[in-house]
Amino acid sequence: MTPEEKTIRQGRMHYCPVCGHSIAQRLIGEVMDELGIRTRTIGTAPVGCAVLLYDYFNCDIIECPHGRIPAVATGIKRMQPEKIVFTYGGDGDLLSIGLAETIHCANRGENITMFFINNAVYGMTGGQMAPTTLIGQKTITTPEGRIAATTGAPLRICEMLKTLVRPVYIERVAVHDAHHVERTRQAIRKAFLNQINGNGFSFVEILSMCPTYWRMGGKDACQFVGNEMMSYFPIEKFRDASE
Amino acid sequence: MEYEKTLVMGNVAMAEAAVRAGCRFYAGYPITPQNEVSEYLAKRLPEAGGVFVQAESELAAINMVFGAASTGARAMTSSSSPGISLMQEAISYLAAAQVPCLIANIMRGGPGLGNIQGAQSDYFQATRGGGHGDYRLIVLAPWSVQEMYDLTVRAFELGDHYRNPVLLLADGILGQMAEAIEFREPAKKKSVLKPWALTGCAGRKPNVIRTLYLKEKDALEEKNIELQAKYEKITSELQLSETRFGDDAEIGVIAYGTPARIAHSAVKQAREAGVKVGLFRPITLWPFPARELRKLAARCRKLLVVEMSQGQMIEDVRLARIPATEVDPKIEFLGRGGGWYPKPKELLAKILEIAKS
Repeated sequence: MTPEEKTIRQGRMHYCPVCGHSIAQRLIGEVMDELGIRTRTIGTAPVGCAVLLYDYFNCDIIECPHGRIPAVATGIKRMQPEKIVFTYGGDGDLLSIGLAETIHCANRGENITMFFINNAVYGMTGGQMAPTTLIGQKTITTPEGRIAATTGAPLRICEMLKTLVRPVYIERVAVHDAHHVERTRQAIRKAFLNQINGNGFSFVEILSMCPTYWRMGGKDACQFVGNEMMSYFPIEKFRDASE
Repeated sequence: MEYEKTLVMGNVAMAEAAVRAGCRFYAGYPITPQNEVSEYLAKRLPEAGGVFVQAESELAAINMVFGAASTGARAMTSSSSPGISLMQEAISYLAAAQVPCLIANIMRGGPGLGNIQGAQSDYFQATRGGGHGDYRLIVLAPWSVQEMYDLTVRAFELGDHYRNPVLLLADGILGQMAEAIEFREPAKKKSVLKPWALTGCAGRKPNVIRTLYLKEKDALEEKNIELQAKYEKITSELQLSETRFGDDAEIGVIAYGTPARIAHSAVKQAREAGVKVGLFRPITLWPFPARELRKLAARCRKLLVVEMSQGQMIEDVRLARIPATEVDPKIEFLGRGGGWYPKPKELLAKILEIAKS
């Protein structure tokens, strides 16, 4: 495979050091290469730090309005059922403004592959509270730390999607250490294979670091995922009806 | 070619026209008075090898259309006023990304939840943008069930030709009214190539559909200049209208949609009473057919704009730069909002009053 044939383009990504986006995107690209699906894949770019996905992915991409990724992906897949459609989006996109689209897309059981980056904060807009911000976590809109009484509790989407009949595969993984990165790679692979085999809707939540807006060093940010985030968002395979 | 006539509602005529024009994707959310569109297409589209999706909201519906149309497929949605308001963000994206599709607004009374009677109070929203940013939609305004059919076919052709979303703007009366029409087969044309479509990048470079221009200096301004050049081209090429009894008219009545039908009756009655009055009916609301309007207005001493609103199209009549001739026509208005329409008798009385003044 020449560099031009690879899914992830040569060159630097714009993400901050230790940010989970670059790890997750490289994993997705590498799995696409392993499966040989780059030239028949259509991806969606979200609104947020990952909006420039098309600068890194060497495949067809559409940039979606905020929150509407699952709807756009539905339209694409229904018109191009032989193509592989993956979506990539964060906690604000999929769980706040686009929660209805996320749930209904999963509930229809669209034969697509959704990757959800959960880093518990809005990155691109400067570090506001996300639907997944942990209780007590400081953001610029929860300066004293998130308080459930006024802002609710962090939203666990995998657990919600598990109540639905139609999804075939739901798993939560993380990218804060080598062991979990490898497990994430396997989850990404399975989520793509489900679509290739026509099994149905797959959803992979990836717990991810945002050291910049967590106001932490890289090492601390990785530990925050491994300790705080994973104790509220358990690493788990919630559904695997892919066989 | 001769066709048998079939009695159908405007909403159904539009839906059938879409299928015959090659539309293979529809997504919509229930709202009165356009529910017959989804009822019809839920059955008809799958028969034709297409896809019908009842979306979870208008936001989802228009974004499903964005996705479907991005693959090069002919795709549409329909809704009514409040639902069209919900779609405005994505319509801005569609226009910015130059992804063609059809959006039908079967207008009801507003503002707010309004009522479910036919209205024309979304003219500003349709012709001035509605969504954010400098963009334009091609806006087509049928006045009969036959035109609900014909202009739907035309809308898909124009959309692909100009790479622009097209809005079919019809009042609820046109959607609900049944008339005998001909289901004319669309002319077989060479399909428009869509090299920009998302179909997977086998054998070509990847295609990207995007509307964000963050990194490249001046790129967004250049994109805007490119769009404006297209809008200017459309404005010069696509001003559609119809003038009746215009040759000797001293009074010009201007109306679109159902009010144009009412005006047509009133104009004929006024003619019988010896009044030299003509009817001007815009078929494209954007671009507004100012060229033809100026021809008629040059001969008129009075213009009367008739709308099912408190007066919105009248602004385009004022902006049509009607030259101040020796007659310099005064522009008068007769309209009703809240889901009502001027009655033929009322309109005739107004024409006769103007004729005397």
